[in-house]
Amino acid sequence: MPVLVSHPDEVKVLSRRFGQGAADIDKYLELDGYKAVQKAIESGSEWVINEMKASGLRGRGGAGFPTGMKWSFVPKVSEKPKYVLVNGDESEPGTCKDHVIFLHDPHAVIEGTMIAGLAIGAKMGFIYLRGEYRYLLKIVEKAVADAYAKGFLGKNIFGKEGVDFDIVTQSGAGAYEVGEESALMESLEGKRGVPRIKPPFPAVVGLYGGPTVINNAETIASAPHILLMGGEAYAKLGSERNGGTRLFGISGMVERPGVYELPMGYNLKKAIYEVAGGVKGGRKLKAVVPGGSSCPVLLPEEIDVGLDFDQMGKAGTMLGSGGIVVLDETVSIVEFALRTIKFYQHESCGWCIPCREGTDWLKKTLTRFYNGAGNAKDINNIQYLAENMMGRTFCPLGDAAAMPTLGFIKKFRGEFEEYLKGQRTEKAFITTDELIGAAH
Amino acid sequence: MSTVTDSIFSPATAARFDKLVTLYPVKRSALVPMLLYAQDEVGYVSDAVVAEIAQRLDLLELDVRGVLSYYSMLRTKPAGKYNVQVCTNISCMLVGGYDILDHCKAKLGIGHKEVTADGLFSLEEVECIGACCWAPAMQVNYDFHENLTPAKVDVILEDYAAGRGKDVK
Amino acid sequence: MPDVTFTVDGQQLTAPAGTLLIDACKAAGIQIPAFCYYPGLSLQAACRMCVVRIEKVPKLATACTTTVAEGMVVATETPEIAQARKATLQLLLGNHPLDCPVCDAGGQCELQDMTFKYGAAESFYTEPKNHREEQKWSPTVYFDRPRCILCYRCVRMCGEGMDVYALGIQNRGSSAVIAPNIPASQTEDGLAKLDCEECGMCIDVCPVGALTSDTYRYKTRPWEMNHVATICTHCGDGCKTTLGVRSTTDGSEIMRGDNRDKSGLNGDFLCNKGRYGFDFANSPQRITEPMLRQPNGEFKTVTWDEALAFTGKRLREIRDAGKQTAVIGGNRLTNEEAYLLQKFARTVLGTNNIDHHRTADYVTLAAALAGHRDRFASQHDNENAPAILLVGGDPTNEAPLTAWNLRTNVRLNNAKLFIVNHRAIKLRRQAKNFAQIDELGYGAAVEALANGTGDAALNAITEAVKAQQSLVILIGDELRGEALKRLIDFGLTLPNTKFALLGDYVNAHGAADMGLLPDMLPGYQPVQGHHDFANEYGERFNSTPGLDLVGIFDAANAGNLGALYIVNANPVSRYSIEESYLANTFTVVHEMFFTETAKLADVILPCANLYEKSGSVTNSYGDLQLVQKASDRAGVRTDLELIVRVADAMGANIRELVPFGKKSSGLRADLGQTRGAQAGEADRHAVWLTSNNLEPKLSPFDPFAVLDEIQRLVPGYDLLRLQLLSGNDQHLSPAAPADLIQIAPARRDLVLPADDTLFTSGTLGRYSPKLTELADKYAVEPAGIPAD
Ligand SMILES: Cc1cc2nc3c(=O)[nH]c(=O)nc-3n(C[C@H](O)[C@H](O)[C@H](O)COP(=O)(O)O)c2cc1C
Ligand code: SF4
Ligand code: FES
Repeated sequence: MPVLVSHPDEVKVLSRRFGQGAADIDKYLELDGYKAVQKAIESGSEWVINEMKASGLRGRGGAGFPTGMKWSFVPKVSEKPKYVLVNGDESEPGTCKDHVIFLHDPHAVIEGTMIAGLAIGAKMGFIYLRGEYRYLLKIVEKAVADAYAKGFLGKNIFGKEGVDFDIVTQSGAGAYEVGEESALMESLEGKRGVPRIKPPFPAVVGLYGGPTVINNAETIASAPHILLMGGEAYAKLGSERNGGTRLFGISGMVERPGVYELPMGYNLKKAIYEVAGGVKGGRKLKAVVPGGSSCPVLLPEEIDVGLDFDQMGKAGTMLGSGGIVVLDETVSIVEFALRTIKFYQHESCGWCIPCREGTDWLKKTLTRFYNGAGNAKDINNIQYLAENMMGRTFCPLGDAAAMPTLGFIKKFRGEFEEYLKGQRTEKAFITTDELIGAAH
Repeated sequence: MSTVTDSIFSPATAARFDKLVTLYPVKRSALVPMLLYAQDEVGYVSDAVVAEIAQRLDLLELDVRGVLSYYSMLRTKPAGKYNVQVCTNISCMLVGGYDILDHCKAKLGIGHKEVTADGLFSLEEVECIGACCWAPAMQVNYDFHENLTPAKVDVILEDYAAGRGKDVK
Repeated sequence: MPDVTFTVDGQQLTAPAGTLLIDACKAAGIQIPAFCYYPGLSLQAACRMCVVRIEKVPKLATACTTTVAEGMVVATETPEIAQARKATLQLLLGNHPLDCPVCDAGGQCELQDMTFKYGAAESFYTEPKNHREEQKWSPTVYFDRPRCILCYRCVRMCGEGMDVYALGIQNRGSSAVIAPNIPASQTEDGLAKLDCEECGMCIDVCPVGALTSDTYRYKTRPWEMNHVATICTHCGDGCKTTLGVRSTTDGSEIMRGDNRDKSGLNGDFLCNKGRYGFDFANSPQRITEPMLRQPNGEFKTVTWDEALAFTGKRLREIRDAGKQTAVIGGNRLTNEEAYLLQKFARTVLGTNNIDHHRTADYVTLAAALAGHRDRFASQHDNENAPAILLVGGDPTNEAPLTAWNLRTNVRLNNAKLFIVNHRAIKLRRQAKNFAQIDELGYGAAVEALANGTGDAALNAITEAVKAQQSLVILIGDELRGEALKRLIDFGLTLPNTKFALLGDYVNAHGAADMGLLPDMLPGYQPVQGHHDFANEYGERFNSTPGLDLVGIFDAANAGNLGALYIVNANPVSRYSIEESYLANTFTVVHEMFFTETAKLADVILPCANLYEKSGSVTNSYGDLQLVQKASDRAGVRTDLELIVRVADAMGANIRELVPFGKKSSGLRADLGQTRGAQAGEADRHAVWLTSNNLEPKLSPFDPFAVLDEIQRLVPGYDLLRLQLLSGNDQHLSPAAPADLIQIAPARRDLVLPADDTLFTSGTLGRYSPKLTELADKYAVEPAGIPAD
């Protein structure tokens, strides 16, 4: 059972109910559960969307797209049914925030899904969890069943004539790429998790061809809180154009790893040294991967920066999924780069050439390099490969593999060159000679 | 709608599948979870499983195979009764994920995607399982085990060997 | 869609809104490279070769998914784009084996061409390429995995195009692979296999050498062959097939058939018969020397002179002794040969005992449409007709191109397909309405269809077709005589209806048009009626209908048939004729093989097949096409040449049989008023030639000499020479003018459908090793019909 952590700097909005047994529907109701959705039913979709816009909430899945705006893109009228799709595929290495939401506050996700549905005029929502999260799926399934039992889901919810909403929970079966929104829809339609050609975008043509809002589980779980406290108030918690708070998962070599709820714009350095208790064993900080493994690495001198989408962007990296991974001085960047690319090679769906072949050649080259058979040309080849993947792939997974690689090469080229000379002092993690090949 | 008469699944699972296909606007949507649940019962996705699921969803077996082979949790060969999946992705690696993997290898005497002679355990090095903040972590079947140390792993594996281990499907 | 204007590489272009950029550019002569894009198939955007730079778009965009928009400004060849493409190629070549020198695709490989263009030849990876053994998926398809670049063309062609869905994608990432539908776990040899229609379309669309055909792989190089585009001999659809031919010691050998020349009326399509069914021509079982039956019953090979002299002598004796004679022609003859055969019978043997194996009732079709113009549907109409009614027939198996066109038309143009059939034929999967009827109930069904008095399914179709602005009615061979006429009459009550009757074999329609019939002259003119032929055909022509095929064999059996002359046909097996029937009949047979019929002959004259001759053929739809001599076999002669030589050996005046050379008499002034057919014929033909600016042909063996006469005398065959010579098909309406047609009510129905499957082709098919192999493989159930 994931241990809950806490720190005075935390602003508990989303995590308010964590650790209080809110997975139980009565407990959830006690903690003013399902108030927001009823308020939404009374006030109507216009109001909901305006509150969401006012809240400055930006997608917690990684891209940081303004949620209120996303909802407003959905056409009012449509022959085909509209849908809400909750993305709980959480697979970006370094990320485990949705995990705690499903565990401690599943009803918040359900209520948020209903709110999104009301906002866009959908009568059905899907909550998709990665296959590995089976125990969480059971928790969510029970929560959904309880909500139906109470008449919060189904026909005439909360006794309101003609207000219907259904939720179906869905399990994945092991695929990072399925977290990509259009691949997720393919998976939910029973197909291979290969993304779709865009345009058309999900808001227009999504699940089963109907207009669809797809949001990350944390984004969705934030909605009820926003409606309860009001968009304005929520926005004020965060920084400019980055409303509210966010769950940050701090992992790796820190004293107190864990999922902390911090205001948007909170200083990264403080998050590491104060909130998470600093580098483990008081060792020296070497690098930080700030938002999940696809974000370019930051050097110790670069971490005095606010944790929001814009400031991280300026710092030449991304806020991403909010998974902060901390590396101390003992880590070999070559090894870390290899382990990172190995993941993307394993997860590439294989649809497009630059990603399928690019991640494969990056992995092969880095593996040989790591095993001591590298040469000076390799460093340039690695950079060449990554540069030629950037922006050229069918979906952003290719970029997600290329960006960190470029970051490592650019910021640690020296270390790569040293590595060639065999002067590697760092401790080796990867002890297995055979690395996981691609699936099957 | 093809209702299967001589299902290879337990009555419970068969009934569950009958229901599952009715939940979605398009019944094919049941495919991915169905494959996983079928694997939970049969141990792997056998040709027979593919055949029945194809029949239930009115799909070509080729189509089912295409989907099944895409998802890394689905396997077409039996695994151990307890499938030990050790994460070695970055957050875990940094705090000893590989040590845990090596410890399991030594302890079980098997390597990646291998099964012990008695068929009790199988071992897999897996990608991020979403437990980064409680790393190093592993899953035995669906159950998470976090903040691992070799000593903890010994206890966990012994519990499973003795049938005391948590195993919720 | 309204046109939009946009700029590509500085050029102002316009195209209908919604056009894909890649197509719009192609139309303007700007080639954008692409592996995964294939016109008409669903979009993939997977290969990233078609990337272009569009102003105000942050990333490079894929031209294969971008639709043109007003004011769009596009660059298709900048250093940035070239680099992107080069990098993509480098990634592919990293694993792609460089065995181009031995690869089937070498010299015609899109990857090779791209590499040449963007210069990514130097592969900078030191890792070994992952090698995989080549796999045999079926009797026709091989898969070489490392060569595959995963463009998914084959998968889409098999699924969307062929509606077979035998190919899929398995695994993911760098282990993603194209997989056939029978997994390794379910075959004896533990290797994956294909269960499909074996059409070879996947091989055809493969841009590299990943999918290759058993018949061709590692046999030769593209540039070592002559490529001759001719017409497939097998079904009545009339696909163009390009034969790759290589010289051998005894003539030449056909190495492959494919559709690289996409100019035929089959466009992209070719079925397994057109692709692989040429191998009978190379068969060692071919008869290559004339044979005479000896008194002891044995055959003895003789010289051509001896065989022809003997044949001519005997036929002449029998004719002059006043004995009955008869001819039976085949469905794979050219129009010229079919015409010449009936003319030979009518003017040299002096008999109307003429017939052929009738596979559809073209006589009734012609009669029912007599006097109507433009009522014959062309194969091309299937490509874009908004609505099609198919009554009877099973195009998927019997007319694969027709099936392809219907599927494509439904898929791309939302054409409405209505089907009435006694079997649940596969095309019902594309049908808007399908009515299943009783096997023997076509007459009743047509009646009900016309009156809207059928069951719900049938009435729905009546309703629907009546609502159409225009309709193509495709008719299977189940409909004949009255039923056929009734259906056509019903069709004629609807606006803009066109008809086609689906027969079997390359020239079944032509055989009927050319008058290989006892009661009908070329162009369906009744022998007893009044027509030019009386004057044209000389004194031996008589105007009483002759014996039909069954009558001919009855006469033979009764000992009343002196001679029977069979050209490229196997009636003995087709109509299961007793050996004894022909005991007292002098039988001459043009054949390639020792067929049941050839075995009973007194003389066997080894003949060429369609791939070894020139001339013209007419498909089920009345589309006329040129066939071109691709290969040849030492020793054999074309049927045209043989008929002329036999007539010559009989002492006939060849100039009367084949209008060739300048008549000694020259062009007379009194245009044909002179009595005596020869003179009249000479005059008419000469006059006609000059009036059509045509030269007299110099050789009696020149098919065009006969074509001249066909064009002059056969109603409906007024064709355009240029069209024909440029290898294009042209559509004919071979129905005689109304006043000429009146069918004897007592006419008996001798239609005997071939009922060929995808893997059979009458007698000929049995001599094709590949078709035989496939027929055996799929003996159990028809190929590739997915569950639905
Ligand atoms: C390769 C890839 C993997 C992704 N994985 C996830 C994921 O696991 N969870 C998630 O919420 N979003 C993921 N995303 C982002 C989604 O595509 C999508 O932007 C997001 O779910 C939208 O929700 P939001 O607006 O609330 O962030 C992924 C994107 C890519 C390109
Ligand atoms: S970039 Fe291409 S191969 Fe990679 S995951 Fe996206 S679509 Fe698949
Ligand atoms: S890196 Fe191991 S659980 Fe995320």
